[in-house]
Amino acid sequence: MMQLNGAQLMVRLLERQGVRTIAGIPGGAILPFYDALSGSDTIRHVLARHEQGAGFMAQGMARVSGVPQVCIASSGPGATNLVTAIADACLDSIPMVVITGQVPQAMIGTDAFQEVDIYGITVPITKHNFLVRSAQELLEVVPDAFRIAMSGRPGPVLIDVPKDVQNQLITIDEGELPAPAVADPAPQLDMAALEAAAHMINAAEQPVLYLGGGVVASGAAPLAVQLAEQAGLPTTMTLMGLGAMPIDHPLSIGMLGMHGARYTNFVLEESDLLIVVGARFDDRAIGRATQFCPNAKIVHIDIDASELHKIKSAHVALHANVKCALEALLPRVQAKPRERWLAQVESLRSRFPMQFPGQDDPRSHYGLIHAVASALDDEAIVATDVGQHQMWVAQAYPFRRPRQWLTSGGLGTMGFGLPTAIGAALAEPDRTVVCFTGDGSFKMNIQELATLAEEGLNVKIVLMNNNALGLVYQQQTLFYGKRLFASRYRTEPDFVKIAEGFGVPAVDLDKAEDPRAALAEALHAPGPCLIHATIDREQFVYPMVPPGAANTEMIGG
Amino acid sequence: MIEQVADPMPQAGIAKVVLELDVNNHPGVMSHICNLFARRAFNVEGILCMPVSDGKRSRIWLLVFEDHRLEQMIRQLEKLEDVLNVRRHGAEHEVFERLEGFFH
Repeated sequence: MMQLNGAQLMVRLLERQGVRTIAGIPGGAILPFYDALSGSDTIRHVLARHEQGAGFMAQGMARVSGVPQVCIASSGPGATNLVTAIADACLDSIPMVVITGQVPQAMIGTDAFQEVDIYGITVPITKHNFLVRSAQELLEVVPDAFRIAMSGRPGPVLIDVPKDVQNQLITIDEGELPAPAVADPAPQLDMAALEAAAHMINAAEQPVLYLGGGVVASGAAPLAVQLAEQAGLPTTMTLMGLGAMPIDHPLSIGMLGMHGARYTNFVLEESDLLIVVGARFDDRAIGRATQFCPNAKIVHIDIDASELHKIKSAHVALHANVKCALEALLPRVQAKPRERWLAQVESLRSRFPMQFPGQDDPRSHYGLIHAVASALDDEAIVATDVGQHQMWVAQAYPFRRPRQWLTSGGLGTMGFGLPTAIGAALAEPDRTVVCFTGDGSFKMNIQELATLAEEGLNVKIVLMNNNALGLVYQQQTLFYGKRLFASRYRTEPDFVKIAEGFGVPAVDLDKAEDPRAALAEALHAPGPCLIHATIDREQFVYPMVPPGAANTEMIGG
Repeated sequence: MIEQVADPMPQAGIAKVVLELDVNNHPGVMSHICNLFARRAFNVEGILCMPVSDGKRSRIWLLVFEDHRLEQMIRQLEKLEDVLNVRRHGAEHEVFERLEGFFH
């Protein structure tokens, strides 16, 4: 028999679950947990500088590992600061267990100091959440939280633990500790629907394979590529699906949607069958839903039953783990070269290709991305913030493997990049992690430079600086009669000095005689580095599907 | 930033539907369920909830208007960790009718 308090029990359960790194910030209501954590030999704590940073560090670890990761904060403002990172994880289906301290149970509901109803606040942005009422409950709640986070469609789970529960003593036998959580079994495959899907694929003349983040999440990317090759399927990827098929694979037609290539959206327009795998018909991907792929029937495979028929009615809907479904589908799909259709795709590709003006000039936006990619191999991890730079990287970086690409897709959170890149580097310390960012996004979690310096991680921040909220500037220019308002900054910080002030080395490509060489040198030096590059504010993200338009009505590009 | 343009929603129908939910009985379950409807601006006309058997479970009855979003709402309800199952009944179900006396 052993006697533990609730906090020590939580640490034991996290250790047994295999958690090795936790990002967080301590505060009054979570101090018993921190006291217990200080006694752990196996769990390393990374001290963030803002709780949102801790949330995105956990996301970064989860996005590269696929395993639920943990962040932690105190009650009140500590907990509310996590909200954006939780919502972001929810929209991008990232497995995460969030632990927050809460005021003692006797004070809940009294507007006590640093009391906030984080349970109530996080109801719509978590898969599930818990307010723990006794140390005994932790024995069920902690493994349940991990099980829920990793089962089915992954997502964030919050555990709110009042301080008295952390301090409550519990006597248990070692053998009473619950086993580490495992994911629930995948749903039973609907074989009739599977046969129908195979029949539709075999019968289609002009099919397109449409891969989303679910393909990456379920580890099904090699199977998806195999299906495409076997059935001769041109393959598009959503923003979240990038990396599922190497971008230079002959069957890849790149990213679809608002900033996809013209030919990609035209190929989709001409398709007679969409095979949608682990994707949810997001509005940025499909434009106006009623006008998306008007001639196509739809086979939709997703682990989340509520995504089926939500935006587009599917002719065959398969509620399934994507990997299981593709495994079962492959032997039922005929090998077909589809020469006529692929020739038509090639014709569209050559007539309406993706254009990368300035690709050879490392002082231009596409040229900078190209130069970074040229200096690295596919082992590097690429994170972005949100805005123009994010779309340019999505368009131009040659993603060739799943989990190579970390971006805030659903929520579109500026400030995502730096802490997520730190998390990725914590999980995979041997890889180079590049964080493309813009000056607007960078300032939203710039304090994490301190964490980066402290941990000495191999994160290279490529700051594309146009001293503006570029995507706002672009949209005001294009759609609001050039009435530019609140989109340009009137002062410009010295980012090189800021980085150096935090203890992060910095390189200014603006001042480099040979920017390509300076860039390569910075990328290959071990440890953190800020790489600053001014870019032209008048360069916009093209092509672009204007608001409310169909995907075929692109402007520019 | 860019306005999300969706096609206009069809008007809510006038037929009523009764949903019967078996749920775990603990504080917070009701907020998970009501939140799903509220955030989609889907009005719940009537709610009734009582514990069943040993008090570990509850049964919730919801009265809603038939709406093209109802199937999606049911799928969202089924996703909730504390919702064990959802059954759909027509307006002829008498659970709310029998309560009329308390409201008039």
